[in-house]
Amino acid sequence: MQEMMVKRAVELLENGTVDRVLGWTTGEFAYDMTPAVFRSADDLKNGFVYNDFCAANLSKYLIKECVAGGKILVFLKPCDTYSFNQLIAEHRIKREMIYVIGIACEGKADIDKLKDMGIDGITGITAKDGVYTVATIYGDATVKATDAMAERCLSCKSKKHMAYDELIGEDGDVVADCGRFDMVEKLEAMTPDERYEFWRGELSRCIRCNACRNVCPACSCEKCIFDNPGSGVSQKAAVNSFEENMFHIIRAFHVAGRCTDCGECTRVCPQNIPLHLLNRKFIKDINAFWGEYQAGENPDAKPPLGRYEKGDREPGEFGGVQA
Amino acid sequence: MKKLSFAKLNEFFAAIAAKEALYLPVNNNVGKAEFKQWSEGVELSHALNTVRSAKDFFFPQTENLMKFKMEGKSIEVSDDRAECEDFVVFGVRACDAASFKILDSVYLVDPIDTYYKNRREHGTIITLACGKPAETCFCGTFGIDAADPAGDVTAWETPGAYMLRANTEKGEALLALVADLLEEGCEKAVAEAQAKTREILSKLPLAGLSTEGVGVGMTKELFDRPEWKTLSESCLGCGTCTFVCPTCQCYDVRDFDTGNGIKRFRCWDSCMYSDFTLMAHGNSRNSQVERFRQRFMHKLVYYPDRNNGTFGCVGCGRCLARCPISMNIVKVMKTLGGKN
Repeated sequence: MQEMMVKRAVELLENGTVDRVLGWTTGEFAYDMTPAVFRSADDLKNGFVYNDFCAANLSKYLIKECVAGGKILVFLKPCDTYSFNQLIAEHRIKREMIYVIGIACEGKADIDKLKDMGIDGITGITAKDGVYTVATIYGDATVKATDAMAERCLSCKSKKHMAYDELIGEDGDVVADCGRFDMVEKLEAMTPDERYEFWRGELSRCIRCNACRNVCPACSCEKCIFDNPGSGVSQKAAVNSFEENMFHIIRAFHVAGRCTDCGECTRVCPQNIPLHLLNRKFIKDINAFWGEYQAGENPDAKPPLGRYEKGDREPGEFGGVQA
Repeated sequence: MKKLSFAKLNEFFAAIAAKEALYLPVNNNVGKAEFKQWSEGVELSHALNTVRSAKDFFFPQTENLMKFKMEGKSIEVSDDRAECEDFVVFGVRACDAASFKILDSVYLVDPIDTYYKNRREHGTIITLACGKPAETCFCGTFGIDAADPAGDVTAWETPGAYMLRANTEKGEALLALVADLLEEGCEKAVAEAQAKTREILSKLPLAGLSTEGVGVGMTKELFDRPEWKTLSESCLGCGTCTFVCPTCQCYDVRDFDTGNGIKRFRCWDSCMYSDFTLMAHGNSRNSQVERFRQRFMHKLVYYPDRNNGTFGCVGCGRCLARCPISMNIVKVMKTLGGKN
């Protein structure tokens, strides 16, 4: 796969279709890949890497790249193409400046899962037939790829690309029965007190590093209200325990109807807070109240929270606990 | 040297906790270690290290400084700091123990930060030598020995027992407090544990990481290097690296309007943030490449320049493990430094 990607990227660079390539570059330990821009065939041949640890969604980088001009080749996994479409719909990136190569994805690994199995001192990882052989200074370990797979990939909603100029590998299908709302249903089944405790427990670990916001393709404001000292809500750390909750809840409201459920927020959280559950609750509710809608599926679709129809449900009709 | 058998560990914790608050690494609900206060039933985590560093004990993420109360034309100003009582932290690793010295060099020099000093004086640190370092560890690069950590008391895990060595008066006093639980220690067992750890340390992928090319006097050579642009290209500008870092010491002072007065507090700040050192004229570092460069230049050049060559990094590896895009100080050193 990596070889085919490099070959094609070199061709597109050399024939002038694009002037740079957005991909991933090598790390120190076989799992710590960094998103990178490649500008020459040599750069690509020496540094470009693609494997099960290239988890970062590259779509958001296109905002910056489009401002810089030129024509950019980007490699997108199926879930990344939803973010891509959503950014097109929000006029944050320009379709004509981007050449998309869709790449098949069987799910990405979560290094934390390997670490939680007690695997440490990692010096190399090779994947073959769904099994990782992890070389460590304490000896080799073998792990089934599915056991090390990120949560978002275990409940993958789609292996089908929503946008591309060409594909490497076979396009897959939308996964109708992916089970991504299972945990949301469990939370809904809790009493309000239990649910409050659950979220207080999770969100109390927040260190306000803003990684969730900064990585989120739906969080594309030029200046976030939480960074604006004049806003009155700009705080680098919570002055009280209420604030860390409000930051995440407000952010979830702000991206409601636009969040494609790419799961980057949870992936990057240094404190392993399952932030995607807030977004999935909104997605599930939007589906229930206004009909099935998947942000990023179609950039021309009318978003449910961005349109008005006479028959729209009123807030009081939604049930739940009234204040 | 004293010896504490594993069987008596709980009694040891209970005896300390009866006198003062005891904190230790505990696994949280997602299986990651964090420092928590000990009470009966709380179990010591066996994780190599906590996600957040031990700097929190002396330099908490938020801290009240003072408060103002307005009545008519008068303003009443009062000291709003929390009273600090004696506390003990068990299980601090060599890297974090070394970070306290770096924080001291910032906060305990004139003008002394009395908030920090107060906590530092009340804290007793029991360090724990590493037995199973991770690939992200590189404390050795900065002359820190994971097999012989600093602290008031140093502990080593040996077969069946911890060996404890008091290094300071505070440490002596603490061990005296629990003397009836301790037996005579064994230097040989410690030496064996150390030899084992050092052998592992020598095999770590970052064991050979060199500081050549960075350090004292390197500002001119490094400041305008073109590599900063590519290194920082995918930086998200989040504060993860700075907030999990045991040596990052920057803070912001903010006012919180309580409705009938002002609470002035300080909170960790991050040089990665767009409003870091924001002044009336705007921000002194307008692009992420400048902010990114500042963080690494501070640790690898500016801090050593002012502190006899000591680096502002202790090689704990938290930023390596936690950066969302896996960009970190090791990659910076390897790219900009000499023979790596």
